[in-house]
Amino acid sequence: MLIPNIDIFWFVALPYLDLALAIGGGIYRYYRHRFTYSSLSSQLLENRKLFWGSVSWHYGITLILLAHLLAALFPGAAAWALGGPIRLMVLEFTGMALALYALVGLLILIGRRWRTFSLPRATTSYMDGFLLFFLLLQVVTGLGLSLFNRWGSLWYLKTAVPWFWSLARLHPDASTVAFLPGFVQVHFVVGFIVILLFPFSRLVHLVKFPLPYLWRPYQVVMWHRPRPAAGTNRSRA
Amino acid sequence: MNVRAQMSMVFHLDKCIGCHTCSLACKNIWTDRPGTEYMWWNNVETKPGTGYPTRYEDQEQYRGGWELKQGTLKLRLGSRPSELVNISFNPRLPTLDDYYEPWTYRYGDLINAPQGDDQPVARPVSMITGRDMEIEAGPNWDDDLSGSEIYAANDPNLQKLSEEERRDFFGLQQLVFFYLPRICNHCLNPSCVAACPSGAIYKRGEDGIVLVSQEKCQGWRMCVSGCPYKKVYFNWSTGKAEKCILCYPRLESGQAPACFHTCPGRIRYLGMVLYDADRIHAAASRPDAELVEAQRELLLDPHDPEVLREARAAGIDDKVLEACQHSPVYQYVKVWKLALPLHPEWRTLPMLFYVPPLLPVLATMSNNSYELSSDFFPSLESIRIPMSFLASMFTAGDEETIVKVYRKLMAGRLCLRAETVGDVPPEQVARALADAETTHEELQAIYRLTALATAEERYVIPTFLREEAIEATGDPQLFQEAAGAGFLRWPERGL
Ligand code: SF4
Repeated sequence: MLIPNIDIFWFVALPYLDLALAIGGGIYRYYRHRFTYSSLSSQLLENRKLFWGSVSWHYGITLILLAHLLAALFPGAAAWALGGPIRLMVLEFTGMALALYALVGLLILIGRRWRTFSLPRATTSYMDGFLLFFLLLQVVTGLGLSLFNRWGSLWYLKTAVPWFWSLARLHPDASTVAFLPGFVQVHFVVGFIVILLFPFSRLVHLVKFPLPYLWRPYQVVMWHRPRPAAGTNRSRA
Repeated sequence: MNVRAQMSMVFHLDKCIGCHTCSLACKNIWTDRPGTEYMWWNNVETKPGTGYPTRYEDQEQYRGGWELKQGTLKLRLGSRPSELVNISFNPRLPTLDDYYEPWTYRYGDLINAPQGDDQPVARPVSMITGRDMEIEAGPNWDDDLSGSEIYAANDPNLQKLSEEERRDFFGLQQLVFFYLPRICNHCLNPSCVAACPSGAIYKRGEDGIVLVSQEKCQGWRMCVSGCPYKKVYFNWSTGKAEKCILCYPRLESGQAPACFHTCPGRIRYLGMVLYDADRIHAAASRPDAELVEAQRELLLDPHDPEVLREARAAGIDDKVLEACQHSPVYQYVKVWKLALPLHPEWRTLPMLFYVPPLLPVLATMSNNSYELSSDFFPSLESIRIPMSFLASMFTAGDEETIVKVYRKLMAGRLCLRAETVGDVPPEQVARALADAETTHEELQAIYRLTALATAEERYVIPTFLREEAIEATGDPQLFQEAAGAGFLRWPERGL
């Protein structure tokens, strides 16, 4: 099957470029601008709307993202899990509900930053605006295709997943996605744009999720120089 | 034994005049940047009053500090997993309303307004949005408002008072208040450090100063909730937590912190103390009534040869040990047992101690003249600030401990009065000394350090200067890279 050049650009060149920039840029920013390597919380300035927005958005999108990732990593298990009409329906509707949940959260988050002169607006950058726009586009297209192109979770395993794996194996093959409807392709492309934005936006906070907190000692003590007793310049009490 | 040194503090509340010089000195040096306008690393609040941020002492709401659950010490904020679950929204964070929205005035309007019938006015504008705003609260909004129904009556410490005590406390003739200056306590068991998911807050080993690494801080805001004193603040512009740094750059060059240095009331004392780090956890886990005593026990005697030997083995420099021996804090806290921690029941082992205020003299109007009460030295029973109120603030509700402190303070007053004016019968002085279990000599020493001490006696700062500290302990070449240059990039977020 012959794939038009334009699709080679969207589905082969863009993903590679994108991942290279995201990883390279992420590392660069971490080492050169570590001070900025976080999300800028506006909870101090506005609390009530943030509760509904942030909680819905984060829980909704994290679970959906995990579902995408796990299904891509273990397509066999995913196919098994979806392999019955009841299970398929349950999973699909759970997914849609979560997407709706995330969407509502996202709209609240956009709303609270929208109004000029609102307190959170004062700390909103252009990049925040960009990011919110693409995230919204991504959630809306995702929700749309799950509604109109049934059953997304099944064909995802047959189209996008092989394409991901071909990219990962460095034998790019976009044939499984090149002939999908435009609406679906937009979802793929915007997804990669969001990844592209990773090192340039507040998205970097994703990789700083403080999992080590679960096992680090409560108290942190630091010494300017090695202690005779401890024999290390960083001992924790 | 694991001996460590801690820079610690005593504030003598009797001497605080509530002038806020300390707060302004701090603000002008540290918190005049965008994002920090609302922060007061040093603030002075009126007691009884709601404090700053409003009702910060109410841990039912803010859940700061530690609590003892079935004998084990737990963060009140919640378990570690629960903190991670709440990471996208911290349910216990005070918002700007609990502090205040910072503002400035459009001063330009005063000179640029076109000619008209009315005087031009400078309108208040928000320092965050730049928009016109109504001022609804500000720093020290409740200053001196003792007896007010909105502020004083909402002091969380009043919960411990009986109906009658409360009525007396608020009776017009009885109205009384005192000032409570607060900075970070640089605790031995800091709950802000424990609550920080990123491990960005740390205690400096050499002097115990608690700092936030600005590069590691991810702005999760758990420290703000975790600190029961609400002395960690969130910079809304950089997205990082900031707090009192005990002016460590000043300390390292031998100067007292700005709030200490400027205090005209000379209420502040600064000195090193030694403690046993292995016993921190046990001390913080004692029952409420024993917490003050537990903290006193934690401090080690800097004259004890055994302690000195252990301290040297732990790498504590002789200059630091010498400073510990002259520490005014050690005197007030351990030797005289006059200075108490603020809210020990939060179990962070705060290292800022307060000498509670002596009872103000009551004046009355009679026969159209203003007369000082004849009861110049009121008995503990007829005092104007209820012991239960003070106990709720300084001894986790244990009245016995606070009464002991007051006996001694009162004995000192009587003793000095007898000496200088001579109108107190000797039997009364003798009885007061016996009640307070103190001696003439001790009271004299207290009087000296309280009233006459020079700056050098009040601020005993060992040589912290990095280079010198390094040379004093070893080969400077060896430690060349250990003393870092710090944070050199401009703290801008950009994206
Ligand atoms: S602590 Fe000192 S500077 Fe601050 S208000 Fe009291 S007297 Fe004034």
